[in-house]
Amino acid sequence: MDVDAIMLARIQFAFTVTFHIIFPSFSIGLAAFIATLLVRWRITGEDHFHRLARFWTKIFAVSFAMGVVSGIVLSYQFGTNWAKFSEVAGNIVGPLLGYEVLTAFFLEATFLGIMLFGWQRVSPNLHVLSAILVAAGTSFSAFWILSANSWMQTPTGFEMKDGVAYPVSWLEIIFNPSFPYRFAHMFTAAYLTTSVVVLSVGARYLVQGRFLEEAKTMIRMGLGMVAILAPLQLLIGDAHGLNTAEHQPVKVAAMEAHWDGNKPGELLLFAWPDAQAETNHFEIGIPHLASLIITHRYDGLFKGLKDFKAEERPPLLPVFFAFRAMVGIGLLLIAIGFVGAFLWWRRKLFETTWYLQPLTYAWPLGFIAIASGWWVTETGRQPYLVNGILKTIDAASPVSFGAVLTSLILFVLIYTSVFSMGILYINRLIEKGPQGKAISPEGDPDPSAGAHPLVAVQSATRSALGGKE
Amino acid sequence: MDTLAYVLPLIWAAILAAGVTLYVILDGFGLGLGILFHFERREDQRDIIMNTIAPFWDGNQTWLVLGGGGLLAAFPKAYGLVMSGLYIPIIVMLLALVFRGVAFEFRWVAKPRQEFWDLAFSWGALVATFSQGVVLGGLLQGLSTQDGRFAGGTFDWLTPFSLFCGLSLIAGYALLGTTWLIYKTDGDLQDWARDAAKIALLAMLAAMAIVSLWTPYSVPRIAERWFAWPNFLIFAPVPLLSLYAAWRCWHGIENIGKDAEPFVAAVALFLLGFVGLLISNVPYLVPGALTVWEAAAAPSSQLFMLVGTLFMLPIILGYTVFVYWTFRGKVRAGEGYH
Repeated sequence: MDVDAIMLARIQFAFTVTFHIIFPSFSIGLAAFIATLLVRWRITGEDHFHRLARFWTKIFAVSFAMGVVSGIVLSYQFGTNWAKFSEVAGNIVGPLLGYEVLTAFFLEATFLGIMLFGWQRVSPNLHVLSAILVAAGTSFSAFWILSANSWMQTPTGFEMKDGVAYPVSWLEIIFNPSFPYRFAHMFTAAYLTTSVVVLSVGARYLVQGRFLEEAKTMIRMGLGMVAILAPLQLLIGDAHGLNTAEHQPVKVAAMEAHWDGNKPGELLLFAWPDAQAETNHFEIGIPHLASLIITHRYDGLFKGLKDFKAEERPPLLPVFFAFRAMVGIGLLLIAIGFVGAFLWWRRKLFETTWYLQPLTYAWPLGFIAIASGWWVTETGRQPYLVNGILKTIDAASPVSFGAVLTSLILFVLIYTSVFSMGILYINRLIEKGPQGKAISPEGDPDPSAGAHPLVAVQSATRSALGGKE
Repeated sequence: MDTLAYVLPLIWAAILAAGVTLYVILDGFGLGLGILFHFERREDQRDIIMNTIAPFWDGNQTWLVLGGGGLLAAFPKAYGLVMSGLYIPIIVMLLALVFRGVAFEFRWVAKPRQEFWDLAFSWGALVATFSQGVVLGGLLQGLSTQDGRFAGGTFDWLTPFSLFCGLSLIAGYALLGTTWLIYKTDGDLQDWARDAAKIALLAMLAAMAIVSLWTPYSVPRIAERWFAWPNFLIFAPVPLLSLYAAWRCWHGIENIGKDAEPFVAAVALFLLGFVGLLISNVPYLVPGALTVWEAAAAPSSQLFMLVGTLFMLPIILGYTVFVYWTFRGKVRAGEGYH
């Protein structure tokens, strides 16, 4: 593969992975949310928890399907486009991904069947358990993926022989230095992302005056999570940043567009980094604040880009701007959580339109932040694919330019059309809202609904199929 | 070579072979149902066809991820070689599976305007099946390599033989799909499936016969193995058992009441075909290019994975069986969560 084909393969990987990350990060939080709803329904016996669980399960199914198909593509792309990566790092990354399949994929994919179709087939307890197992599967999956990715960022526990990495200590490989931070950061981000979606949908119903009981539950649960997780994420992100400064100083220098390691860093609110001229244009910044954040000292020094050779520096613009997008959204979420908690405390939460109205548009915030975060961390590792060991440019498959170009075009066309349809369908399900009759905690259809089990299912089916209630 | 480095690749080849076989059978009948979609135009019947597989397809498809992930973990060199050598059919398969997979959920939400997703489901299945057959054919005829890396052209795989393997697999999956329908449905739809199953069985038998002759004819290495004395005598049970399985399959299709028999016999046919492939290609992992030992990952990597696999695989098989048990019996109109 020549240089241009490698560029295309990089674009292809960036494109497919960015699309993919949206779905699992939503699934991780949503599976846990649905399991929580079902557990609360089992404890309280209140119908609306059950209606909500059923409603979000439909959305989960659509999102999960998109996550599965885009994930299969990724699991094969290591070979189709990055064959030398599999040769050099296969001994290490392979088993980590293998454990993901064994402990996570099968669990979530298999119990999803019961979660989706088991409402009348299995006992309520088993159904709740299935939802919990699906949620556990999505979390295990995140564990292994983050472990593999962290190892590519901060490789430890291996030795190189003839250009191939061999495992020495699996404990050191799995729990490599950046893994705990990355896992905590991503996991929290996934829960936060889903919480924002739930909060946003709740706000939408409340503003529209529909499904009021469900809406209030969603707002309380979503807001509660945002209010706790958003500030927590700031602390986790800070710890993650310290870890990155220690192990990948050039990435931090690029995130801050910090050129001169002999001067304290100022926190740039805006700048246009110029890699050629080795300086920034249009700087607006707060002196010493970057030093304070990264070293936790007012005059702290941290490495600048000039401390590294030009060919060892990552591309500046995507890292710099994606980092600002991520942090900006993080701060916005803290504000949303803080204001919401205050209104809740003053018992004005459900009446404050100026707060709820904008929230109806807030649902994509978490997704944008997560995609930005991945760009920061993945682009920030360049020019390396496995930090310090394997350069991206040396990792590609011997595949022709034409083949990669054709597949890239197909991926862009198919992904954008298929997945935008999917998002449209999710929106259609949300527009329709929670439907159908609830099931009582004993597992029989709610007697107050006065319907025979099969009739209840059929009417629910019909309504889901677009018929009139 | 020490014992561990000798034995581990063999164990892993066996695990992967089992995984790929499970995938071919489990997703095979799922893809077969998609192929049948082309011929069943009635919407309510299509709903039932879909619901016979809806609770299982996701778990079934995961065996494909195990195949890819397991190959990367246990045999990274083979993984890189196969994926880059068969780049186009693999990418086409993945994209077809995108359409097929999302159609399961999109179709219900899109109703009553679901035609596009019906097409996505059926064409996705057809194209994915064809690509898988082409991948198999491409592997059998061999990849050009240098130092264990792919050194051929983008379209090396494109031969009459690989295209025919693609068509053969369509017939094979259609047989799995029709016999699964016989097992899971009744009445009108089952009658229809019985008629379709006969055509699929005849097509698959013809395809198996042609591939069985064509392969040794075009790959001398395989001809030597099969037709050297006394090998042919030792291997003779494979074609004979295949004929027996085919007869039982036909018998089950014709006789109402034996609803599980055609599917079981069709699975047996696939297993026997797989044994034939093994006989032809042992000890190669990538036929003619890499043996299981040449392609193997470091013993410590294979050992680390093996511990988890031996622990997890029985659990996975256990809950897979449990889910099939939960959704046992005939599927009728109006079932499903939508």
